[in-house]
Amino acid sequence: MTFHLPSNKFIRVCTSSIVIAAALTAAGTAQAEETFKLGVVTFLSGPAAESFGVPAANAAKLMVEQFNKGNAPAPYNKPGFGGMKIEMVLVDENGGGIKQVQELRNLYQRENVDAVIGYISSGDCLAVAPVAEELKKFLNLFDCGSPRIFEESSFKYVFRSASHAAMDNVSLALYLKAHNVKVETMNLINQDYAWGQDSRSDFVASMGLLYPKANIGADLLPKFGAGQYGTEVSVLSGKPASITYSSLWGGDLQSFLLQGSARGLFKDTTLALSAADHVLPGLLNKVPDGTILGARGAYGILSAKSPLNDWFQAGYLSANKVLPVQASYRMTQGFMGVKLAVESAMAKNGGKKPTPEQIADAMRNSSFDSPGGKIAMSLSGGQQAVQGTAIGRTKYDAVAKVVRAVDVQTFSPECVNPPNNMKSIDWIKAGFPGAKCQ
Amino acid sequence: MRAKHSFLLALVATIGLLGVGLMLPAWLLFLVTLAAANGLAVLGIVVLTRGGGATFGQGMFFAFGAYAAAFTPSLLGINDALLRTLIGTLVAGFFGALIAPLLVRYRGIFFAMLTLALSMVLFGLLSKATSLGGSDGITVLTPTLLGKDISGNIEYALYSLTVAIAVLLGWSVSVYSQSAAGLMAIAVRANPLRVEYLGASARRSLGISFILCALLGGAGGAIVAQTLGHVEPNLTNWTTSGEFVFVAVLAGYKRLSAVFVASLLLEIVRSFSNLYFPHTWQLALGAFLLLVITFRPDGIGSFWPSPIKPKAKA
Repeated sequence: MTFHLPSNKFIRVCTSSIVIAAALTAAGTAQAEETFKLGVVTFLSGPAAESFGVPAANAAKLMVEQFNKGNAPAPYNKPGFGGMKIEMVLVDENGGGIKQVQELRNLYQRENVDAVIGYISSGDCLAVAPVAEELKKFLNLFDCGSPRIFEESSFKYVFRSASHAAMDNVSLALYLKAHNVKVETMNLINQDYAWGQDSRSDFVASMGLLYPKANIGADLLPKFGAGQYGTEVSVLSGKPASITYSSLWGGDLQSFLLQGSARGLFKDTTLALSAADHVLPGLLNKVPDGTILGARGAYGILSAKSPLNDWFQAGYLSANKVLPVQASYRMTQGFMGVKLAVESAMAKNGGKKPTPEQIADAMRNSSFDSPGGKIAMSLSGGQQAVQGTAIGRTKYDAVAKVVRAVDVQTFSPECVNPPNNMKSIDWIKAGFPGAKCQ
Repeated sequence: MRAKHSFLLALVATIGLLGVGLMLPAWLLFLVTLAAANGLAVLGIVVLTRGGGATFGQGMFFAFGAYAAAFTPSLLGINDALLRTLIGTLVAGFFGALIAPLLVRYRGIFFAMLTLALSMVLFGLLSKATSLGGSDGITVLTPTLLGKDISGNIEYALYSLTVAIAVLLGWSVSVYSQSAAGLMAIAVRANPLRVEYLGASARRSLGISFILCALLGGAGGAIVAQTLGHVEPNLTNWTTSGEFVFVAVLAGYKRLSAVFVASLLLEIVRSFSNLYFPHTWQLALGAFLLLVITFRPDGIGSFWPSPIKPKAKA
């Protein structure tokens, strides 16, 4: 084996692949006039797709369609983004952070998208944020929960139009206290990766303040995507507890609820789930009545009635034959925030298509209404949103064949989010200083 | 003589590729850089397979190289891309040398499964280690190159570095494979017992192949970490290792340079199928791989003429 100069045939193979690639690029960029090209990244395959990624993609499709027609209620009634037709490039988030860095670069550098809305996994968000910053391109993270993104670095072009995860566990603990749920022992089951561990520590810290005498029974960390919870159910059954806390989500949560119900695990314990609304449409009465759950925002069955919410729910229901869940809400509010930012940037620059910098300046410290309530970009120098949330108990409606929420308590943004420039875990451990709850 | 000749060819190839790079758009430079870095890890697999080993754990050395390159600036204060790549390579080589004595006692599937097991142990450790970023990984500082700030033209700078390293290492491997040690590796693969009988150590030869495999994997990982700006435990997951093995199969064992072409083709197909068939890109990728295996069982390397056989004219 020696190292030879490539033969003619090899050169031909190489050049033709480059030519094909270039032709595909040209085809992709030919119609850049008068349109706003928007990259959208969400899980379209893998375990996070069914209950999370696809509902988000469906919401994105609905927003593109409704905005382009100019059908949305005011202030979102201008067609497209400021009159420019939205052209969506949808990309699958499956495959890990390294692949996502590649794909995000491709979106910006090859497809020449004007902005990107995306990312559910915190790992992916952490991986792609520096890329957008380095390329000086606009990126709005719509879902991922990790507070690390803005607490550990500062960005100019990267935003998150939803609250980070601290809110979910603080509000859940406050709800338990406010509704006099007796907690002597608590069992914990969370996925063994950053999201599960962070949620667990936020919840345990919050409970430590509100229920200083509560003990931890079983503390389980099954691996992400485990699918089988036979052993965990046995351990949990052997340690009776007042509540069973979990931040499981997606396929993992579905499997755990199905397998636990079948073995009667939830008869003597109250389930407290931090992010569970999205599995309800699939599981229905398999979820025990009285389960206390959150949706990482006032979303879905926990959302409050408003003209914007009614419009969104009706549109989503007629397009997809199912009610929207948290991922759909967060995608929608991501679209709304970016739409207003683009339009306010255009109002300042004389109606031209805004640069990423102009969109970022308009988005920073902005606030806007969404189907899930008011969103204020007020944390981390105006790059990170806060919003209100709600927690409720489930009740299966056998006639309508849907799960409804009862005893819903809403929390204001100032009550469950840390103040500006304070790390969430420090804020929780310090006893929520500055929190304003009604 | 041969080495000198092929070195000149490698030099010409490097200059040619650097020239081509000036004309490529940024996204393609980035794609080629990653493909070449992955190609280095695959080259390691080819060297090991040629010497009688098999690995499903190349991701382990890839991750050693990547994490080493990621932590060099904070631990040693070194931020130069070339030095970080060198350190990543050496760290991976060090760990390779550490476990080589254990592995060379085994052959075939046992050898491969042990490499897989070790790489998954590392995956577990990295996922748990919050100081190393846990399962979310950590951001890697943008490197400088030869003392210069490259943040304005990072794609071309890293492309040039990667092309130079890939050609240099590719050439070194080709020289090694013609050397006495390299030819003995083939003998070990064919019949280790006979090699022992002739007075050479089969275990030692396999150990050398394994350490070379580790070094090449580390070089690839170190480049990938700096190019992407992010490292995470997935680098050492079995899926990463599996992909390297797949590219090795795709490239075939006929030509060393085929690993880089196969790696590039895979990246191009993956990237475009993800864009044009976002819901079914894995299917498109699978179909492409099946086509290659069906119609080119010897791999992509069989597309261009086979190398001159050693001593063909003697």
